[in-house]
Amino acid sequence: MSLTRRALLGSTAAAAALPPRRSRAQAANTIRIGVLNDQSGPYRDTGGTTSVICTRQAVEEFGSHGFTVDVITADHQNKPDLGASIARQWIDTDGVDMIIDVPTSSVALAVNTVCREKNRTYINVGAATADLTGKACAPNNVHWTYDTYMLARSTGGTMVKAGGDSWYFITADYVFGQQLQRDTSTLVTKAGGKVMGASPYPFPGTTDFSSYLLQAQASGAKVLGLCNAGADTVNSIKQAHEFSVNKKMKLAAMLMFITDVNALGLETAQGLNLTESFYWDFNDRSRAFTKRVVPKTPKNWPNMIHAGCYSGTLHFLKAVAALGAAKAKEGGSTVVAQMKAMPTDDDAYGKLTIRADGRLMAPAYLFEVKSPAESKGPWDYYKLVETTSAEDAAVPAGETGCSLVHA
Amino acid sequence: MFMIFGIPGPLLFGQLLLGLINGAFYALLSLGLAVIFGLLNIINFAHGSLFMMGAFAAWILLEYLGIGYWPALILSPLIIGAFGLLLEKTVISRLYKLDHLYGLLLTFGLSLIIEGLFRNYYGSSGMPYQIPPALSGATDLGFMFMPNYRGWVVVVAVVVCFATWLVIEKTRLGATLRAATENAPMVQAFGVNVPRLVTLTYAAGVALAAFAGVLAAPIYSVNPNMGSNFIIVVFAVVVIGGMGSILGSILTGFMLGVVEGLTKVFYPQGSATVIFVVMVIVLLMRPAGLFGKAA
Repeated sequence: MSLTRRALLGSTAAAAALPPRRSRAQAANTIRIGVLNDQSGPYRDTGGTTSVICTRQAVEEFGSHGFTVDVITADHQNKPDLGASIARQWIDTDGVDMIIDVPTSSVALAVNTVCREKNRTYINVGAATADLTGKACAPNNVHWTYDTYMLARSTGGTMVKAGGDSWYFITADYVFGQQLQRDTSTLVTKAGGKVMGASPYPFPGTTDFSSYLLQAQASGAKVLGLCNAGADTVNSIKQAHEFSVNKKMKLAAMLMFITDVNALGLETAQGLNLTESFYWDFNDRSRAFTKRVVPKTPKNWPNMIHAGCYSGTLHFLKAVAALGAAKAKEGGSTVVAQMKAMPTDDDAYGKLTIRADGRLMAPAYLFEVKSPAESKGPWDYYKLVETTSAEDAAVPAGETGCSLVHA
Repeated sequence: MFMIFGIPGPLLFGQLLLGLINGAFYALLSLGLAVIFGLLNIINFAHGSLFMMGAFAAWILLEYLGIGYWPALILSPLIIGAFGLLLEKTVISRLYKLDHLYGLLLTFGLSLIIEGLFRNYYGSSGMPYQIPPALSGATDLGFMFMPNYRGWVVVVAVVVCFATWLVIEKTRLGATLRAATENAPMVQAFGVNVPRLVTLTYAAGVALAAFAGVLAAPIYSVNPNMGSNFIIVVFAVVVIGGMGSILGSILTGFMLGVVEGLTKVFYPQGSATVIFVVMVIVLLMRPAGLFGKAA
């Protein structure tokens, strides 16, 4: 292609219109938060833009405390290498002080390494791996909302108690699915049940689960444990109904969000048990929070990850205010120590504490999905079945394998 | 219960059947691709997003206009086909004289834009679309419960594939089409409006994708990413079958569905890769594909 004068002029004009690159030196009183999550793939609705909106909501409500707060976002596309390189660039050149959300356990662990090495605050909300407060725990990280242990304990524990003592798993074949299956298996076996088998399937990219469903049915197990999330869970449940698997086995969606229930429709989802640590219609405070956020994201109401981004950001900002922006900029471990030293208090999660290993001590709620007749309004989907206390929902303090606890 | 390779027989039969069902989608999608490639020489990377648009058209018809599955089966391919017409007229027709690579880049870009737009409006977790009442329920085949809807998909896919093959290989219209690919100026000299023929062919290929989309809507959630999940496999199918070979893509579609289904029993982790392993082997042995003619 020959270079014409017009093309040259055009490209120069385009280059001039681009925003100038952010300077390395940040104003000492600006705290920059980076929301890193999946904004285009299977976990977009469970985190994605609604997480960004909830983070911004927290910043807005926090107001001014002598420093300004700035929020930037990026899409990690569920790729660990991409997530790590964005985190690195954010910290090295864009002056990001805190990274939040980061769903997809494989990406979460990669970003954890980067944040630890650079000593920046890391609040993981979206990922499930219990390793974040276990062998991968760090003085600069906090794990908010939920983990594989909590899910296994709440959903798994209840199913076993109700007589579901033989299990078959359909598992997303990466760190999240594997750990969720491992934690649930341990719990099932401990309770005297047994695991009949498992089908690990390639993630991402699998849309047809019928083959695994038939294998599950052929195993003769009483419970089908779905160790996956997002659109995968929706498809698995939909197809389980299609093949009448749900008539012979009980379905246990080990990780499911209200956003997934919405996608599935109550007709199919009714009666399912699932665990979240937040439900918008839980009490006056959670309703008030939801009322403030929903106008900004009317099609995607907040689930526990979104609420966690709000709660985590607010608590982080309070810690920064307590330390003073200049001291907070010294390092993530300083801020996180402060976060652990003070109790949280916000509309989404109420009053909670953070344990030495970095885990937010939140109770887990087991919900049952309402039938279409029981649902009275938009997103009126859950009824509470059982509450697991924060102490029972977290890996016992001595068993996490976290080096911070023995130190 | 008798066993085959350590797997209970009934389970194996079930998997074979499921493989055929998935193969039906591969066949329908790769058929559209093969038609477009065979006659236009364009590698239509937008095929997956057009498939997704077909499913969304069905969902939108139901959600906003109350039009159900059966009319959507006809309407959605017509609407999306018309969109394809527009696409061909405005952008794709400018690429016929250029290298294949430009067509690939353009259609890939288009698919990113289309998927991005849908994702922006509808999110990524998908929209529920119920199986039509007449086809809901399942039939007990002895070795498995066969959902009636999936049975219907296989039957329809076979009929549509066969009909398309008939039109292209056995009718006068098909003969003109094939002649136009061989030597367009000559066919034009006989008074045939070749550009219009090409436009209509592209629209027909797109309509096939949309048709598959409507068929898929009740099985998978109607989801902006549903096309990109399929499209890579479907490209492999077309390459294995032989680029542009109609019969090749149909047979390969069904065959690979079965191969994939069996892999899911013996080594589930490998089910996403097995098709590409087959592709490598076939390309090493027969570079033109199983049914392709060597150039």
